[in-house]
Amino acid sequence: MAVETTTRAKVRWGLLDVIVVVFALVPVLWIASLSFKTPATLTDGKFWPREWTLDNYRTIFDTDQFVRALVNSIGIALIATLIAVVLGAMAAYAISRLDFPGKKLLVGVSLLIAMFPQVSLVSPLFEIERQLGLFDTWPGLILPYITFALPLAIYTLSAFFKQIPWDLEKAAKMDGATQGQAFRRVIAPLAAPGLFTTAILVFIFCWNDFLFAITLTSTERARTVPVALSFFTGESQFEDPTGAICAAAVVITIPIILFVLFFQRRIVSGLTSGAVKG
Amino acid sequence: MSVNATPAGADVAADETATRGGGRHAAVPTQRAGRRARAPLSENKRAERRLGWLLCAPAALVMVLVTAYPILYSVWLSLQRFDLRFPDQREFIGLENYVTVLTNQFWWTAFGVTALITVVTVAVELVLGMGLALIMHRTLVGRGIVRTAALIPYGIVTVVAAFSWRYAWTPGTGYLANLFDGSAPLTERASSLAIIMLAEIWKTTPFMALLLMAGLALVPEDLLKAASTDGATAWQRFTKVMLPVMKPAILVALLFRTLDAFRVFDNIFVLTAGGNETSSVSMLAYNNLIRGLNLGIGSTMSVLIFLTVAIIAFVFVKLFGTAAPGSDDGERR
Repeated sequence: MAVETTTRAKVRWGLLDVIVVVFALVPVLWIASLSFKTPATLTDGKFWPREWTLDNYRTIFDTDQFVRALVNSIGIALIATLIAVVLGAMAAYAISRLDFPGKKLLVGVSLLIAMFPQVSLVSPLFEIERQLGLFDTWPGLILPYITFALPLAIYTLSAFFKQIPWDLEKAAKMDGATQGQAFRRVIAPLAAPGLFTTAILVFIFCWNDFLFAITLTSTERARTVPVALSFFTGESQFEDPTGAICAAAVVITIPIILFVLFFQRRIVSGLTSGAVKG
Repeated sequence: MSVNATPAGADVAADETATRGGGRHAAVPTQRAGRRARAPLSENKRAERRLGWLLCAPAALVMVLVTAYPILYSVWLSLQRFDLRFPDQREFIGLENYVTVLTNQFWWTAFGVTALITVVTVAVELVLGMGLALIMHRTLVGRGIVRTAALIPYGIVTVVAAFSWRYAWTPGTGYLANLFDGSAPLTERASSLAIIMLAEIWKTTPFMALLLMAGLALVPEDLLKAASTDGATAWQRFTKVMLPVMKPAILVALLFRTLDAFRVFDNIFVLTAGGNETSSVSMLAYNNLIRGLNLGIGSTMSVLIFLTVAIIAFVFVKLFGTAAPGSDDGERR
């Protein structure tokens, strides 16, 4: 009897699992499928390709437009992630370990930034960056990315830092290490997994951005892939860009899929740990 | 306007450090910290404070410089007639831009669209997200697979997902377009809005679910077992045991998703480009700036959107008080 109920429960949960997986994967599989279709079968309305081709991928990697955008995307996201994680780690360490007035204020400010409507910055940043010569440059995008990634980094990292056995730090200090040394030599290695998880989350955020990328760039100098995608027109006026757009879309989805496949546990723990306890 | 108030406060705090902490002991405190047991408490405290401020300063500075300054600047811009196509006509015109925007029918249409999308998507996401959270938390089989699959919509670039939906509903190309005999759903207002909401819900339900799952993890198993022994049905266990414990997590999730939904832009840009009166306020602000190059009007919209979001956040925090995220963070070390 007991065995039977668990089997039935398992089947029921299994069915629910399948629904979730299908719901999550269908749009991704669909755009991948489109990217492998030949121009002739592109408009047949079938979910799976009848004729497979890699031409779409060849096309996009032959065009400067896409390759430049890909380089921009990778470079900007990596630099912004690095800076945001370093600054975030410093602040998170102070928040989780040190007692100082203004701590509450900093937590409050990062919360406000997390809720800040980014579109409100579009007009003023456009004008400010034009005046400073930052418009349409890498730093022009990296700056807002760092800003909006910082709350995420600070919250996730302070949650991680609170789980670290801090007695080790005390031990290091008793052995004559300064607070700074204790941070660099003892705590930083222990915090590495948390830093890594945070880096993934921040990278996903920067990789994803469209609003800043489309308003603060105007040429291939700093245009990232999501924006380039929306401007794809095909090689000639008469060519349908659908295949190329889908291929480019698949290319920028690959890193996300890899992160999710290999670091699912970390991403989930990173997102949930920051959430409940603030 | 609390954002504008904080940077000033931060500066005051920083100044205090400079005067109280002083450069006098610049090299000393690190040594003192090493000999915590012997050093007088106040010295230690001071060193700790200084280190705390030093570590937080860069992050605080970046956040304030990139948000508070531009938003103040956009208040200034919003009081001017400032069209980049006619830079000579730039002049201070007081609140005229606000009158122009607030009496404009496009603004209110976009505002209505944004509000509709926000309310509908957040409500649907709360229900679906709760279901997904329960599945991810309690499923007996394939927990890893389900969590991995659910993270894909969260991680995927919104523009990519939007293109997938767009092609899915494009007549001829799409597998969904034939559901409604031969019509082109993305060329009509109601169906366009429905598709935009579908795309939003698909993309952000996992995030909602993850936030809710964090709350689910706080529900004690014993409590559920006890309720079960006392004869509570599954629904009663959910409403009487789980929901009360999860309340803070639910409020956090609702707050973040509401504010996020209000910023809807990417999906609309790709799916309809704002055609057929499907523009959100973000779309409208973008169009005014990039297509219209009208900084005055664009900034006015920026300020109005900022105020709306501030009001939403304020109402949430007032209504739910201490349940607001981060509100108890200061007390913890």
